[in-house]
Amino acid sequence: MSPPAQSNTPIALGTRGLSKAFGSLPVARDIAINLPVGARYALIGPNGAGKTTLINLMTGMLTPNAGQIFLAGEDITALGPQERVRRGLARTFQINTLFAGLNALEAVTLAVTERRGRAGRFWRGVGSDSETIDEAYEILRKLKLGDSCYQITRELPYGRQRLLEIALALATRPKVLLLDEPAAGVPPEESGEVFEAVAGLSDDLTLLFIEHDMHVVFRFASHIIVLVGGAIFTEGTPAEISADPGVREVYLGKRKHG
Amino acid sequence: MRASAATMTPQGYLQAQSRWHPLEIAFWLATLLPFVLFPDYLSLASQIAITALFALSLDIILGYAGIVSLGHAAFFGIGAYSAGLLSKYGWGEPLTGLVVATAIAGLVGFAVSFVIARFRHFTLIMITLGLGLLAFEAANRAHWLTGGSDGLQGVSMWPVLGLFKFDLYGYTAYTYSLAVLFVVFLGARRLINSPLGLALRGIRENWVRMPAIGADSQAHIRKAYTIAAAMAGLAGALLAQTTESVSLESISFQRSADVLVMLVLGGAGRLYGGLIGAIIFMVARDQFSGIAPQYWYFWIGVLLVAVVMVLPNGILGGLSHFYARWRGK
Amino acid sequence: MLPPVFGVLFDGIAYGMLLFVLSVGLSVTLGLMNFVNLAHCAFAMLGGYVSITLVNDFHWPFLATLPLAFLAAAIVSVVLERTLYRRLYRSSDLDQVLLTIGLAFISVSIAAYIFGTTQQPVETPALLRGAVDFLGLGLGKYRLFLVGSALVVTVLLVGGLEYTRFGAQVRAAVDNQRMARGLGIDVDRTFAATFALGSGLAGLGGALAIEIVGLDPNFAFTYLVYVLIIVSVGGLGSIAGSFAAAILIGVSDVAGKYYAPELGAFLIYLVMVVVLMWRPAGLFGRR
Repeated sequence: MSPPAQSNTPIALGTRGLSKAFGSLPVARDIAINLPVGARYALIGPNGAGKTTLINLMTGMLTPNAGQIFLAGEDITALGPQERVRRGLARTFQINTLFAGLNALEAVTLAVTERRGRAGRFWRGVGSDSETIDEAYEILRKLKLGDSCYQITRELPYGRQRLLEIALALATRPKVLLLDEPAAGVPPEESGEVFEAVAGLSDDLTLLFIEHDMHVVFRFASHIIVLVGGAIFTEGTPAEISADPGVREVYLGKRKHG
Repeated sequence: MRASAATMTPQGYLQAQSRWHPLEIAFWLATLLPFVLFPDYLSLASQIAITALFALSLDIILGYAGIVSLGHAAFFGIGAYSAGLLSKYGWGEPLTGLVVATAIAGLVGFAVSFVIARFRHFTLIMITLGLGLLAFEAANRAHWLTGGSDGLQGVSMWPVLGLFKFDLYGYTAYTYSLAVLFVVFLGARRLINSPLGLALRGIRENWVRMPAIGADSQAHIRKAYTIAAAMAGLAGALLAQTTESVSLESISFQRSADVLVMLVLGGAGRLYGGLIGAIIFMVARDQFSGIAPQYWYFWIGVLLVAVVMVLPNGILGGLSHFYARWRGK
Repeated sequence: MLPPVFGVLFDGIAYGMLLFVLSVGLSVTLGLMNFVNLAHCAFAMLGGYVSITLVNDFHWPFLATLPLAFLAAAIVSVVLERTLYRRLYRSSDLDQVLLTIGLAFISVSIAAYIFGTTQQPVETPALLRGAVDFLGLGLGKYRLFLVGSALVVTVLLVGGLEYTRFGAQVRAAVDNQRMARGLGIDVDRTFAATFALGSGLAGLGGALAIEIVGLDPNFAFTYLVYVLIIVSVGGLGSIAGSFAAAILIGVSDVAGKYYAPELGAFLIYLVMVVVLMWRPAGLFGRR
């Protein structure tokens, strides 16, 4: 299958020879990915293929055994997770990883405050920084979370929580956003909101999303990477992938998720 | 400190979080009551204010950042011995003594914070326990400096601001301790409502999410721990000055465990929890001082089990829960 | 003729073996479920008091009380696990610490109420009195018995872990709880059984300890510190780690008392803090 079109679009996020094994169990094998700026790439594969592991490697939550990761040309392999976020690489989690006891406004305000480097301040109140608060509220409003922003996170409906996942990531003003099954576990009535949010993301933002629902993949992705057993099985446009008998055998034959 | 969401702007909401609630004002006015109602108990009241300050310092790291420390008395003791030694060797001025003792405790806290920030869960609990026990042993062994188990002798304080002598009735002691408590409380309140306070709550709520929003959790923890250590040292110094003595008890595991119980009793993470817990604990201990220690600890044990199983957020947590349900109806 | 230092070494090893029996249960349950059980030594104390009561009031032979001490502690642990502990498996460290410290306080008070605060005397069985001469050293018979019992316990534990199905379940659950559940292992039941076993061993250790260190209501806390140090230094969930750490602590403590009494417990606390900073999961721990 064909690799992504070689154009002069700069590469927002790239990996080279990325490998990881837990003891004798390899979970990532020699992975090479290039995300051009503004890409809408989907990462698919059967359960256990290592998709979330790949995101963990890219974001720094896991240390690779070999290989490098480049963000806008800079080698970030040795940087810790928060450093990568500072340089514009953000992710959402497959299972909600939110501040359960804070409300949405507080959570996003915290994220924006961190981005602006003001989270260490302990003399002035949170309420005094109107720029930060306005920015936080604007992010929430765009994701249709404005009216429920005072509700404690753990009391929000699941779909709203998934949107908050995205809001927290957006608050860091990422250049590259890795979405781990953005609508996972969301009841069908609410998943529309999540996809609307994903569709509404800026064209400058580079997206890589893990998804099991092939309808979603075909709707949003311009390029699909298929991961099997920790290695890239193949990649190509949606048309190429859906016509590929090998992919069908390995993955598409199974019932779709969620 | 709830806001009616309908008419609030986001900024208004956040600002309202830090507004003074009438109950708070009532509380602080009530702290003046002992002068009028219990003039014979002012020494006890002074001890309670000091312990409340110590509990407040633990709340910063436990209630807000979620760090379980079984050795926080180490800083209390460092502050107490520093203030005591300063006076013993000739400088008995109270306020500057406080500043010096607080600074020493804060510095030690800063050094320790680099260790504390790197660990979590069981390892962290054991390290705090170990460091606390080490501090105790060090104080115990260094007879030449601390007086060992005999305690520090020769502490004598000059009058506060040159005017108010420390008398036997405790007027000066209580006024002094209460004033310091209040001032520090104001600072703690600001801290809690500041971006750092929000970040600490984030760390407590979800450790994993913090780096994912670009936060340097370890730096935040170091800051909070240093501040908490300084506050604890300040409380210890107050004790040394108002009682004109320092004993090993001030750096003992007993003190670390008692303050943890008080904080949990009152409710951690609510700023007033430590204060309420300290008041209840110390008053009860004074009232029941006649009974043998093992019976006292029986009830503490029952209390702890009850709090964990029934009232997980302590008294204040239980009260606010009931209040919310009552309002909901 | 062996120099006296070997006598000190032997005493230290015997003490270490006792500490091992006391600690191994906590190490396995902490490694298995990450449940911080600070009431562990209260179970030991229970075993000790059961043994003493049977010997002094019912005139049982000491050795016969040992299985009872084990059983009593195991049974009480099952009751507590069903009623209180199992609600807190997913709770915070703080909640677990508070609950179990509370239970420890309660147990100490009850012990003081029933037995008083002084140390309980117990008569060593005639079989184990005196010493055996070995190359000029007098090796206490009781201490030899202690070492022997601890080795038997170790062999049974390691063998059980390696060769029984239950042992395999425990190892799987310690290694990766989620996967173990996924494979159909009832992790909660495995934990309950392991917890009973560990607490029972603590009870046995408590009974064995009477002759060496004496028994009073403060036992639950005095030895808790040693046990915690052994568990954290040895590594959570590691029998070998607990064994090694227990010997290390036992020998250091006894040697320290003989050769450098001014140091006191200082050295042991320092060792613990340094080891934890270097290897947060303990010397033999995972993660």
